[in-house]
Amino acid sequence: MSNTISALPGATYEGAVRVQEMGLCGMISLRGDHGDEKLISAIKDIMGTVMPGQREIVHQDERAAAWMSPDELLLLLPYADVRDALTRLETALAGTHFLAVNVSDARAVFRLHGGSAREVIAKLCPVDMSPGAFGPGQIRRTRMAQIPAAFWMPDEDSVHVVCFRSVAQYAFDLLKQSAHPQAGVGLYA
Amino acid sequence: MMILTCPCCGVTGEETEFHQGGEAHLTRFGPGSSETEFHDYLFSKENPKGVHLERWRHAYGCGKWFIAARNTVTLEVYGTYAAQTTEPPQDIKDTLSAKVPGWSWREFA
Repeated sequence: MSNTISALPGATYEGAVRVQEMGLCGMISLRGDHGDEKLISAIKDIMGTVMPGQREIVHQDERAAAWMSPDELLLLLPYADVRDALTRLETALAGTHFLAVNVSDARAVFRLHGGSAREVIAKLCPVDMSPGAFGPGQIRRTRMAQIPAAFWMPDEDSVHVVCFRSVAQYAFDLLKQSAHPQAGVGLYA
Repeated sequence: MMILTCPCCGVTGEETEFHQGGEAHLTRFGPGSSETEFHDYLFSKENPKGVHLERWRHAYGCGKWFIAARNTVTLEVYGTYAAQTTEPPQDIKDTLSAKVPGWSWREFA
């Protein structure tokens, strides 16, 4: 068995916020009809969450289900549990039109933690990050400088960013630059 | 810079989050059509100065296609609607009629 590693193992940066590559994260891309009873109950059984509404992310312990598009969900779970979850999904959804793929190794996940996490994102993405417009419980897919990315806020001081693994170094460099201690603008202070 | 609202995921984002995809409401002429029809389908595109109905894709977001009614001169966006339509919905037509009296676009007015 080969030794699986994440895109930038152990990469961290202490600036205005702490930027940290989160290591191996389990992720399943699940496509299907969000209104389908079988899909809703499979999410409930396997993830322990309700079906997320439009642009929502629902957390349950170490797992979460996120709304990616009208026919796509992103399931977040511990890396070691992906294979089992996929098997259970395939059993539960047999006979319905769906697609479930393990994308854990195709992605990189970063965690920003600190009071100015909103500002670090706001400098890179064309998204209104003010507390009234975006907050915990929501997920936003957007453009981060030149790459596609998605992010959500597990709590008021943290942002998790997911991007393609092939651009992990670029994303980390961007986040470092945006989180530079001298680069604060105090937008949401 | 245009601000578009994706009808598929509800995000209101700026132009760079989307990608333009050419003229909307095309009727496809494929095998069995005349050469003139096929030529016009491929090459005779609307290129108006003013109201335009255009396909857009939420490329950095939900990835879905939709249609935007916008102005090619002022860059005003009159509205966006689902791609699964063969003509603009009545509320888009009403908005256009209110803002651009006498507008027309192909067979729609």
